[in-house]
Amino acid sequence: MKKLLLAGAALTALTAAAHAESHASEVKLGVILGFTGPIESLTQAMAAGAELAMSEVTESGALLGGAKVTPVRADSTCVDAGAATAAAERLVTAEGVKGIMGADCSGVTGAVLTNVAVPNGMVMISPSATSPGLSEAEDNGLFFRTAPSDARQGVVMTEGLIGMGVKSVAVTYTNNDYGKGLADSFQQAFEAAGGEVTISAAHEDGKADYSAEVGALASAGGDLLVVAGYVDQGGAGIVRGSLDTGAFDRFHFPDGMIGAALEENFGSELDGSTGQVPGTDSPGAAKFAEVVGDKFDVSGPYTGESYDAAALILLAMQAAGSVEPGDYKSKVEMVANAPGEKIYPGELAKALELIAAGTDIDYVGATDVELIGPGEASGSFREIKFEGGKMTTTGYR
Amino acid sequence: MDLLNAFVALSNFVLVPALAYGAQLALGALGVTLIYGILRFSNFAHGDTMAFGTMAVVLFTWLFQSWGINLGPLPTALLALPFGIVICMGLVLLTDRYIYRFYRAQKVKPVVLVIVSMGVMFVTNGLVRFIIGPDDQRFADGERFLISARTFKEMTGLDEGLAIKTGQALTVVIAVIAVALLFWFLNRTRTGKSMRAYSDNEDLALLSGINPEKVVMVTWLIVAALATLAGTLYGLDKSFKPFTYFQLLLPFFAAAIVGGLGSPIGAIVGGFVIAFSEVLITYAWKKVLTYALPETLAPDGLAQLLSTDYKFAVSFVILLVVLLFRPTGLFKGKSV
Repeated sequence: MKKLLLAGAALTALTAAAHAESHASEVKLGVILGFTGPIESLTQAMAAGAELAMSEVTESGALLGGAKVTPVRADSTCVDAGAATAAAERLVTAEGVKGIMGADCSGVTGAVLTNVAVPNGMVMISPSATSPGLSEAEDNGLFFRTAPSDARQGVVMTEGLIGMGVKSVAVTYTNNDYGKGLADSFQQAFEAAGGEVTISAAHEDGKADYSAEVGALASAGGDLLVVAGYVDQGGAGIVRGSLDTGAFDRFHFPDGMIGAALEENFGSELDGSTGQVPGTDSPGAAKFAEVVGDKFDVSGPYTGESYDAAALILLAMQAAGSVEPGDYKSKVEMVANAPGEKIYPGELAKALELIAAGTDIDYVGATDVELIGPGEASGSFREIKFEGGKMTTTGYR
Repeated sequence: MDLLNAFVALSNFVLVPALAYGAQLALGALGVTLIYGILRFSNFAHGDTMAFGTMAVVLFTWLFQSWGINLGPLPTALLALPFGIVICMGLVLLTDRYIYRFYRAQKVKPVVLVIVSMGVMFVTNGLVRFIIGPDDQRFADGERFLISARTFKEMTGLDEGLAIKTGQALTVVIAVIAVALLFWFLNRTRTGKSMRAYSDNEDLALLSGINPEKVVMVTWLIVAALATLAGTLYGLDKSFKPFTYFQLLLPFFAAAIVGGLGSPIGAIVGGFVIAFSEVLITYAWKKVLTYALPETLAPDGLAQLLSTDYKFAVSFVILLVVLLFRPTGLFKGKSV
């Protein structure tokens, strides 16, 4: 029986390989993001970012002798690990993708990594999973992320707040890997810097009412409220409740809360509040906005990271001269990091040609990508302040 | 003065929000309980029916706003409400005509209808997202606050503010009117009485010449009106987002079951029980106690019974206790 199984497996592997051979001119990349669920309003722009990189490469005709790159979307749901795993499994086995751009939320990303990517030897680059836990995940060198870990964001946030003279804060976080990881790393950093966290309370996303949470937070008090949640989820509910009851009138927002929806929904009520989001003052961001034009909204979080994630996979393929994940996984860091010629958004064709000619490149992309440690972005953050109902950039850290 | 501050803080963070939330839950739970009582199944599509009705209201509100029609300090949505209700009625009548009626004619078991309602739920869910999208929509306008925290502080000179939103006040007032109308209808009119008779004993009701199709239709019409009303009030108080409306299903059922499925009074009491228990049990009493107690006794910690993580556990524990000791709910509904 066992032999039969083995033979069967070998046969499938062979046919799969043959299948791949015959389609060498077409490379499929999986785009697995939460198209439904808590962050569904962010993912359309993220997917568009990734697909922009793919179409750019296809049009250049320079990838491995003119290969065509086709995106295959799948729904990670952001919260349902089972559904995300099934979706990723489908991408790998049924669609035969050669790399995965995703997943998005930290919880499902961990699940897809352990259940699908590692067993199948599939390279995965997440644009937005920021849980510190993923740094230690067993990944056989297959997992990268173009977003920095929250451990780093906790430190940046602390530096910013202490710099503004804030001494005591209340913290609320969305009850998942992202929120908990960020709240913990922030609390650790903030207390080490001499600040006080009066309460660290979880909130569930997508719930009907946040009066209980707002009540508890108000009771604990603090100079301001740190909301480590999502802008179109519980985070917004908490902010609304706090403003309406007068519990807090100043907030600090980490990345998940920064979005156009915040300006639209609260406007000048948030004046004086602050926040930070992964971002850079490198020319990449501006070039990205230029390349995108009005195709989609680049101001949403992680659109640049998504573009970069897809671009890195394709550039690594070119560097390895192969579309097989096992071959190109070791090249990802090489194309992302210095030394080499700097590559900005919209220059993927040039990058592919340089690689083909044997020149080393340093992919900067939209978000100033530099992969450190276990294959994650070192992360620079854009600091934001609300003035006159608008988000204004106050600096980079 | 300190006791007054304590009371104001408590009202601001517990009593007022819980009252409004309770009224919203009560309206939703009424719809669930009516369907259960008369059509004899748990309607999982209720949350999405609500989302659909509210979506219609939002669209009409935008239309009126673009025409420059408004109600001054009151939200324009009130004007759009009747139109939204009519559209929502259209939807539920269509689903009943083409989906539920088929299964009713076959006299299927209630569990089959539950599954069918889940199907309806998914389709409505998709329909709403298709039409208005998955994002948060704001449609509240007019005066946002009856009293804002800041004005209250200035008026009274207290340290604590009390905010009462227009949405919250409207919710409570409209809920009271709607419930009064519903009870008048059920107890005083011929159709209402035939609905109750049909709910109590279907066969007897049929024998005495009650037209079942009419009862079913009227039930759906009332449910659509209640759902749209609950959804709009909730949206005015918080915001409209399809995903949240879908999630509201859980507290609705908790409220309806605690009160006793099939009992309208029970649904209302259940709504308030769930709302107040969620807010009260996880409230951190530090602020209130600091005001109310002498300085030496003021608590250092948060004086919180349970962390807010357990908010939902609280409603489910209540649900569990009720089911264990009074399976028919507080007000003698049908047993589940």
